Amino acid sequence: MQKLIIAGQEFDSRLFLGTGKFSSNQLMEQALIASGSDMVTTALRRVDIQNPDDDILKHINPDRFRLLPNTSGVRTAKEAVFAAELAREALQTNWLKLEIHPDPKYLLADTVETLKACEQLAKKGFIVLPYMQADPILAKQLEDVGAAAVMPLGSPIGSNKGLMTREFIKIIIEQANVPVVVDAGIGAPSHAAEAMEMGADAVLVNTAIAVANDPVQMAEAFKLAVQAGRMGYEAKLGAQLKVAEASSPLTSFLDL
Amino acid sequence: MSFFDTLNQYNWDEIKDSIYSKTDQDVQLALNTNSCTLEDFKALISPAAAPYLEQMAQKSMHQTQKRFGKTIQLYVPLYLSNTCSNSCVYCGFSQKNKIERVTLSEDQIMTEAMAIKDMGFDHLLLVTGEHQKEAGFDYLKRAIELLRPHFSQISVEVQPMSTEEYQQLIQVGLHAVYVYQETYHQENYKTYHPAGKKADFTHRLETPDRLGEAGIHKIGLGCLIGLEDWRSDIWHIALHLSYLEKQYWRSKYSISFPRLRPNAGGFQPNMVISDRELLQVICAFRILNQEVELSLSTRETPTFRDNVFKLGITAMSAGSKTEPGGYAVHTKALEQFEVSDQRSPKEVETMLHEKEYEAVWKDWDNYL
Repeated sequence: MQKLIIAGQEFDSRLFLGTGKFSSNQLMEQALIASGSDMVTTALRRVDIQNPDDDILKHINPDRFRLLPNTSGVRTAKEAVFAAELAREALQTNWLKLEIHPDPKYLLADTVETLKACEQLAKKGFIVLPYMQADPILAKQLEDVGAAAVMPLGSPIGSNKGLMTREFIKIIIEQANVPVVVDAGIGAPSHAAEAMEMGADAVLVNTAIAVANDPVQMAEAFKLAVQAGRMGYEAKLGAQLKVAEASSPLTSFLDL
Repeated sequence: MSFFDTLNQYNWDEIKDSIYSKTDQDVQLALNTNSCTLEDFKALISPAAAPYLEQMAQKSMHQTQKRFGKTIQLYVPLYLSNTCSNSCVYCGFSQKNKIERVTLSEDQIMTEAMAIKDMGFDHLLLVTGEHQKEAGFDYLKRAIELLRPHFSQISVEVQPMSTEEYQQLIQVGLHAVYVYQETYHQENYKTYHPAGKKADFTHRLETPDRLGEAGIHKIGLGCLIGLEDWRSDIWHIALHLSYLEKQYWRSKYSISFPRLRPNAGGFQPNMVISDRELLQVICAFRILNQEVELSLSTRETPTFRDNVFKLGITAMSAGSKTEPGGYAVHTKALEQFEVSDQRSPKEVETMLHEKEYEAVWKDWDNYL
């Protein structure tokens, strides 16, 4: 399997995990380990970044996982930039998952503010991975202003509905010069496999693992699904045909 | 346009009749639809839904876990003042009651706040009676300024204010405002709230509109269960919520379920809601709306809280004192209501862990 590279850094796993919604931080840590992931995102608002003993951060081993702080909760580009700078100083990382959702119901990304914030943050030296609508034009615009990867949604955050945006994600993948990470809405290992078969570079999963009856086993299931999907993609899937092609009715006369 | 215009399109008695005439079949349809409407919600809170409580609880728990995970947010009220110029017939703080009146000084506020901090809290709810002079806008603004550096999230449950005042409080760090209509029955509202600013039904009803216009992060709604027919009041909260969500789509919403209990002396509820029925209401709200915060306070007993929190609740108070100075200053002030769950926050956290839930102490930050 090819390695994933974002901003020059290699990743062994193409599965990123979120840290919300787990019934305990111990269980979260076990699930992170079982997933084989090496990129983990956590909401800045959930952690006390000034406190080295913060209970969530304590359970994310920095030797094993790259911590990807996210700005969930901010509603504007201005708030996002402020949060990012705090995170960089306190957590000593310039990696950032940019999330701006002014709508607390469906948590959809604000396109205008996201583009604005991405440009500013990239100029300030951040490695920005923006959460975004599955909008192919926006993906190119974000790339142009310096996004290190793009993270289009499969369906609304936490909805477990799978790749409702698949046609647009296909276009984003086709056109992208930066890695495409399908984020949000992936509710089952089969959804993750489908995204990987389509050629997504990675997927980010949280709810489907955290809320499963057995989050550790589900984390492993996602690990295998992502690997299977990626291997399938690299092995090149056969073309899908609408009808069976058993013979050559139009040209078989040539063989007579 | 405000919610008052929307409310006036409905007739209380018709709504009530319509809820009570819901049938078994209506309940089944409401339980099986993918998008629960306000009409379906009537069925879920109707007497016809009583036999379906287990099914409702299953669905509600599942939907809550999907959205919020296995977590419960913990918060605590800090009572700043029990002075009040209203005379609500059911409330211990009524100006008619001859009780010791206390408004905490700045030093006292900080002493209380530090005691709360030591209990582990990072989210704080400031509560006052409604008194412009003693605990009005300026007092509250100062209190938020004092407390802001020490807490990630500050909310208030105080007298209704103007849009401009809310904007100023948001500037200094106010996150959420809880303002309960108590009852949506316009006529009878007056009998419960005979004097003071709170006697103005419309002004109170339009408070969430003013909050939405001011751009507040979260708006808390509720009614005092036991004043009027609770099923009708609960439906009106749902109507209010659906109006606000469309109107002020940037704000989050929260619902609380304070209920009056029969007690020796004092105000007696006109209609008592049972534990089963309260659970029915909680589940019905979750089935109606998967994103709204549902909150359960220490008014409820440990047994009820420990069993119900998984079935739809997302936020709980713990270790609450409902009198100003209750945590550390210890004045002679009386409490607003009797706390049924007297366990410490750590004990509540331990209970949550035993039931395999994570207690969330911090879910915001003061730069937000």
